[in-house]
Amino acid sequence: MVDNTSNTDAPLSRRGFLSWMTVAWVFFAAAMGGFLTMCGRFLFPNVLFEPPSSFKAGFPDQYSPGAVSVDWKGKHRVWIVRTDDRIYAILARCTHLGCTPNWLPNESKFKCPCHGSGFRMSGINFEGPAPRPLERVRIGLAEDGQLLIDKSVTFRQEKGDWENPDSYLMT
Amino acid sequence: MAEEKKNKNPFKSVIWKSIFRVQVPQDRRGRMMQVLNNVFLHLHPVSIPKHAVKVKYTWCMGGLSFFVFLVLTVTGILLMFYYVPTTTRAYTDVIDLAETTPLGIMREIHRWGAHLMVITVWLHMFRVFMTGAYKPPREFNWAIGVILLTLTMLLSFTGYLLPWDQLAIWAITVGSNMAAATPLLGREGPGAALVSIGDINLVTPLSDAKYGLLGEREVRGGALLRFYVFHCIAFPVVIVVFMAVHFWRVRKDGGVSGPL
Ligand code: HEM
Ligand code: FES
Repeated sequence: MVDNTSNTDAPLSRRGFLSWMTVAWVFFAAAMGGFLTMCGRFLFPNVLFEPPSSFKAGFPDQYSPGAVSVDWKGKHRVWIVRTDDRIYAILARCTHLGCTPNWLPNESKFKCPCHGSGFRMSGINFEGPAPRPLERVRIGLAEDGQLLIDKSVTFRQEKGDWENPDSYLMT
Repeated sequence: MAEEKKNKNPFKSVIWKSIFRVQVPQDRRGRMMQVLNNVFLHLHPVSIPKHAVKVKYTWCMGGLSFFVFLVLTVTGILLMFYYVPTTTRAYTDVIDLAETTPLGIMREIHRWGAHLMVITVWLHMFRVFMTGAYKPPREFNWAIGVILLTLTMLLSFTGYLLPWDQLAIWAITVGSNMAAATPLLGREGPGAALVSIGDINLVTPLSDAKYGLLGEREVRGGALLRFYVFHCIAFPVVIVVFMAVHFWRVRKDGGVSGPL
């Protein structure tokens, strides 16, 4: 015969059932929440396989004053500009939505093919939707006397960064 | 004799019964049972109001959207047999699909179909709006519709990168930079600096919405693979689930709404 006095065999009361269900649902919700968080985090990789951000760009005197060099644009996405007294490097990335503009020597401007932003040789924006000037990147001299360009450091005109001595080389 | 004759009737044979479960319908109830007992037929209502089949009222745009989606699913699966989502192969594989693959038209059907589905979904939404079919009790289905519209656009957006030509790369560059301008969650968006713990900014080029979308900082091979998986698996699975809810609700809300 069934021993009704034993607690362990007693049928689960309504209250007991509900509190167990609450515990179960809280665990289930926590597990699902945790797993969804893991799924989200999984989509943000820790290691990237990108080309190195710095490169050597030849000797300063191979650039002529008043000209924009497109030699490194294809491989490193950087223009080297030499004016009368200095050399600087501009990142070829439109400040509107990130396309690569072209240097148009006849019109002496950078022109973006995506939505038509235009920039002067200095990188200052003057037409189209781009809200701010092109960014410059760090330029210096390597031990062998070549230009050393480092794209991981950028200089923004609107923040006054172009005064920073790392953003240009005096010639 | 009579028994034997009866058994030779194919509509009364064991095979017929095991496949269709019910007798050949003789009356309205039999026809209903026939529809309800068949997985494919039951997707359609047993009976619908007369106005619901009027092309003038629905333009059949919802139905056409679904039909085009099915065409895209079949042609898309076929394309997957030839297309490899890597930076070295994607572009040439797409050219080969048009020029060397048997019936090169498959790729064109998929591309034109993709354009068509975007158009039909918009027209369907326009029809629903113009006929006031979003009104109670159908508000919930309108909300499901908005999700379907978003998923349609996401399928279109992710598919656009796969040919890996100039148009593709720069369109996704532009699109993902818009993600970078998301309020709070984009590295260049308004309020991104507010999401921080003490001095540590949580929204950086290695953690923002654009990075999560592309899986890297600029559009490269990682983004191509990611968009491929979204386009071929994740979004289609999700859209099918929402379509099921959408169609089910059309019926539960009383079938296609009547003319005003
Ligand atoms: C993947 C996209 C979609 C598919 C495949 C789809 C499919 C359908 C189908 C087959 C119907 C039955 C009536 C008809 O054909 O017009 C329908 C009705 C409806 N759809 Fe969609 N739909 C989609 C997107 C949308 C969108 C974007 C909206 C609005 C935001 C929407 C809102 C509705 C509503 C409110 C109804 C009920 C209309 C009525 O009863 O007259 N759907 N849908
Ligand atoms: S991305 Fe250059 S103008 Fe829009």
